[in-house]
Amino acid sequence: MKDKEIKFLEESFKKYYFEHFDLIHVPERTSEREFGFQKFNSGMVRHISLKDDKELHLLLMQNTPSDVYCSNAYYSFPNLPMNEKDWKEADLIFDIDAKDLHLDCRQNHCVTKCNECNQVSSSNDHCSKCNSNKLETKSLPCKNCIDASKKEVFKLTNILIDDLAVEKNNIHVYFSGNEGFHVYVYNSQFQEIGSRERSELVDYIMFRGAIPETFGMKKLKPNRSLFPEFEEKGWRGRFSKEIFSSKSKRSKIISELISTGYSNFQRKLENVSTIIGSQIDPNVTMDIHRIFRLPGSLNSKSGLTKVLCKDLQKFDPYSESSFLNEETIEIKSNCPIEFKLKNKKFGPYYNENTTVPTYAAVYMICKNLATIT
Amino acid sequence: MITLGKDEIAKYPFLADAGQYLKDKGFTLQQFGIDPDLKISLDKAFNRVQVSADGKIYKSDLLDGEASKDYILEREVFSFLLAIVLLKLTGMTTLIKRFALAEARRAEKYLEKDLANITDESKKELAIRIIDDLFSIQIKKQDDYFIIPISNYLKHSINFHEREWKLINRRVGNGFVFLTPHETVRLIRKELSNYISSKIINAKTPSMISGFEKPVDQLISLSKKFVTYTVTTGEYPPCIKHAIEVLEKGENLPHSGRFMLATFLLGRNQSIEQIAPLFKNAPDYNERVTLYQLNHLAGTSGSGTQYSCPSCEKLKTQNLCFAIPECDNIINPFQFGKKRSK
Repeated sequence: MKDKEIKFLEESFKKYYFEHFDLIHVPERTSEREFGFQKFNSGMVRHISLKDDKELHLLLMQNTPSDVYCSNAYYSFPNLPMNEKDWKEADLIFDIDAKDLHLDCRQNHCVTKCNECNQVSSSNDHCSKCNSNKLETKSLPCKNCIDASKKEVFKLTNILIDDLAVEKNNIHVYFSGNEGFHVYVYNSQFQEIGSRERSELVDYIMFRGAIPETFGMKKLKPNRSLFPEFEEKGWRGRFSKEIFSSKSKRSKIISELISTGYSNFQRKLENVSTIIGSQIDPNVTMDIHRIFRLPGSLNSKSGLTKVLCKDLQKFDPYSESSFLNEETIEIKSNCPIEFKLKNKKFGPYYNENTTVPTYAAVYMICKNLATIT
Repeated sequence: MITLGKDEIAKYPFLADAGQYLKDKGFTLQQFGIDPDLKISLDKAFNRVQVSADGKIYKSDLLDGEASKDYILEREVFSFLLAIVLLKLTGMTTLIKRFALAEARRAEKYLEKDLANITDESKKELAIRIIDDLFSIQIKKQDDYFIIPISNYLKHSINFHEREWKLINRRVGNGFVFLTPHETVRLIRKELSNYISSKIINAKTPSMISGFEKPVDQLISLSKKFVTYTVTTGEYPPCIKHAIEVLEKGENLPHSGRFMLATFLLGRNQSIEQIAPLFKNAPDYNERVTLYQLNHLAGTSGSGTQYSCPSCEKLKTQNLCFAIPECDNIINPFQFGKKRSK
């Protein structure tokens, strides 16, 4: 990104932060958290501790960051180097990202930009102009991406509530500001568990590592009575609903499962894992020292805000998380994909000059698909 | 501290205060080396260590955790305490480890029986209390199962490598894991054996006692057969090979994959200069950043922490594991190709 674009983004971001202090707050137990931020085209500054909203707002005004982060962990000394911080506990966090769901719609709204010659194209492996393989993928997620991600969030929250006894009011779902959702779990029995334990929880939630015996299938002499009942709780119940589809088919399908054998059953378990398991990003949940995008802050990949979803079913990120101003600006856009923001359609643009509101200009510039004229 | 009855001390001798027990009974260690009647206990102690070194569990004179005569109970406790004295005098850690594991497995049997006891509520209560006091696991009885909070379960189960212990393969509901008495005690075997071995390691080593020399010498020669040597083939495990292939093709290797590759190679004593070129083909390659990150992992910059290669378990979760039969029984890519020979 060049200076002109950076200057424009910084001005727009600064204005947002100045006008929307109401949207951006420090989390509870502020002084135990580590904060960090990034500036455009620059590295990460972390190990910062803050006392209150005032200090946070000052940081935003003084630095105009591209991204702001805060730890889900609580430390005795959040501003010291990692091994001196004295880790106490961490909220459980989950990241669900549409790009990890391998959706068919993705090819319709993804382009690549060549790092060598700036050519924008739909080619995935090499640049159509200069043949370089240094390509960056740019995605403008669609409604299908958001709906599919929401489905994963619902799968996750059901498991959290039913199996892990997390109280519903302790689960907060945020739109990440780009392609997915961040889920926070507060005050659960899992606050103090470490990374390896969290990795086990990840496998549980994603339905990974299941063995046939757990679902009644034995290697030798299979026994019909060990197979799960349709109404059972937990994974046995969810698995049986997926496999049997109805109570009446249970008996017939058990016979089929027994006749096709143990290794087929194992394969079946692996195949259904993406259907019944929740597709979370394992690395995020396992990381107990991560700094995670701060709610209310802007995402520099889109210029959209990370916002709390009060009613996830109805939530529309493209109208509810775009808070930048309407002032128009002329840009040169090379964004060959149509998108919608604040209920207004933009594009496609093919290397052309156009005048658009700031929020749309920021969106395209953040995606590196437009420049200031 | 839990107050124990006579038969309970015999079942769980590691809970007793050794010095105090001998004093209460009016004996000194020296007597066991010379008194022919007491020597039976020393022989039993030797046998107890010897059996454990073979990976077996010592067969006690107790029947269902009880004895018809008081002196049988006493001998049980004495032989345990004397076994510790013998172990301290040999000073062989391998023997201590094996002994602690065997004793843990022995106690496990009694704990399991006590947990499943439906006629004597006090026995069940004691077993539950031992588990809570020693390992801070709060177990509760629910129908035919014992239930423990998931977070509590995970702290122990992560030490198991068998898939049946994964949370996904457990009955889970309302924040609890459901376990049978057998599984409940199996869950704490490692901790129980650690508890016993740390008790032994922290005990004071007495000076040699007359009459103890022979069994001590025999145990020292016994422990020599456990010395192993490892041979490394030098071949890379499939996960590392895969990561290198991805990079060679110029495809994107996720951050976690790069971390694994770099820490693995650093661990095999490759230099940063040797490793850095591997990342050249990555779509987002930046020499300065790569060198910075490698230096950070090697501990030559930043906090000085040297990062080690993630476990197979972690790599599985990160979709970086491509296990082949040769990977059986290893828990870290680092162990790949290492063969134990006697």
